[in-house]
Amino acid sequence: MSKTSKSLAVASAVAAALTAAATMPAAAGTKEKCYGVSLAGQNDCAAGPGTTCAGTSTVDYQGNAWTLVDAGTCADIELPDLADGSKRTGSLDAQERDLPA
Amino acid sequence: MSKQLKSHTPLVDQAQFITALMSAETPVPEGLVDQDCLAAGRRFSVYRNNVAVSLTEAMHSAFPVVAKLLGNKNMDGLSGLFLRAHPPSSPLMMFYGAEFPAFLEGMPQLDHLGYLGDIARLELALRHAYHAADASAIDPLKLAELSEEALLQTGLTLSPALHLLRSPWPIQSIWRFNTIEGADKPQAGAEAVLITRPEFDPIPQVVSSAEATWIEALMQGASIGQALDQARSTDTKFDLSSPLTLLLQGGAITGLVNKG
Repeated sequence: MSKTSKSLAVASAVAAALTAAATMPAAAGTKEKCYGVSLAGQNDCAAGPGTTCAGTSTVDYQGNAWTLVDAGTCADIELPDLADGSKRTGSLDAQERDLPA
Repeated sequence: MSKQLKSHTPLVDQAQFITALMSAETPVPEGLVDQDCLAAGRRFSVYRNNVAVSLTEAMHSAFPVVAKLLGNKNMDGLSGLFLRAHPPSSPLMMFYGAEFPAFLEGMPQLDHLGYLGDIARLELALRHAYHAADASAIDPLKLAELSEEALLQTGLTLSPALHLLRSPWPIQSIWRFNTIEGADKPQAGAEAVLITRPEFDPIPQVVSSAEATWIEALMQGASIGQALDQARSTDTKFDLSSPLTLLLQGGAITGLVNKG
């Protein structure tokens, strides 16, 4: 391949990549931290041993434990109602409910 | 403190202490006493057990997919052997198990699970990616501003979270199948895996062998053009738009360097 056609090919490939990267979300791209929706011991963490984040929630739907969910879905996740009948929802900030005793 | 140690001279050699700690067959070191000069006796066994149990737990959380493939019981047994052969050499427990891939490959009874070592390598790389320093990605438009000629001579500075692994086994597919519910069954075949960390967690994605060659060349400091030549030498149809898209989406490009 001649030098010119090579640089043309690279330029068009770069342009294609820029368009693709700008229009498609990354594989796990748009995720957000959602508090108060994970089951006990199932909150997300890839940090490994010696850290204290993985699977440390001790009650279901613990308010200050988070898991990654698709962006925009956090508050819509279906959760059982609280004992007093009020609605239990996920939130983007840590919550005061369902904390371990 | 109400009681003082009666002697400040260490009575037990550290090396001897560690040997005894890691092996149940070795007797409790002589001279190991508390502040009342009572021999440690069985209390040493409690300590010895705690060390083994906590390191076994560390191995389970470090290599969840290997543990799943082997079953918890086998993982317990292997961890027991491993932690005695390779006790931690650093207090950073998140990186514990660096020797585990080679250790697995050295076990003749695991020969039928040839992919285990590379799965362990993938899990290690994911943890290193998770703990890698933050680096801000460039604005992709910076690439668009370059002329065709300049693009060929541009090298990329890549994020410390970026990792690339090659395996003769379908390691990313095996990893996915065992971590994501409903993931496709792995198909036999080699896989190269690119790990990026666009947000909080590292993401492993499969790339072709030529794409891996292109990224490896860039990691080693080649320009986009030089890397292209290397990738084309393994696959004449290689197109850099797809691996470049992955790098951009993964927030993996942190700088442009003129190599002209």
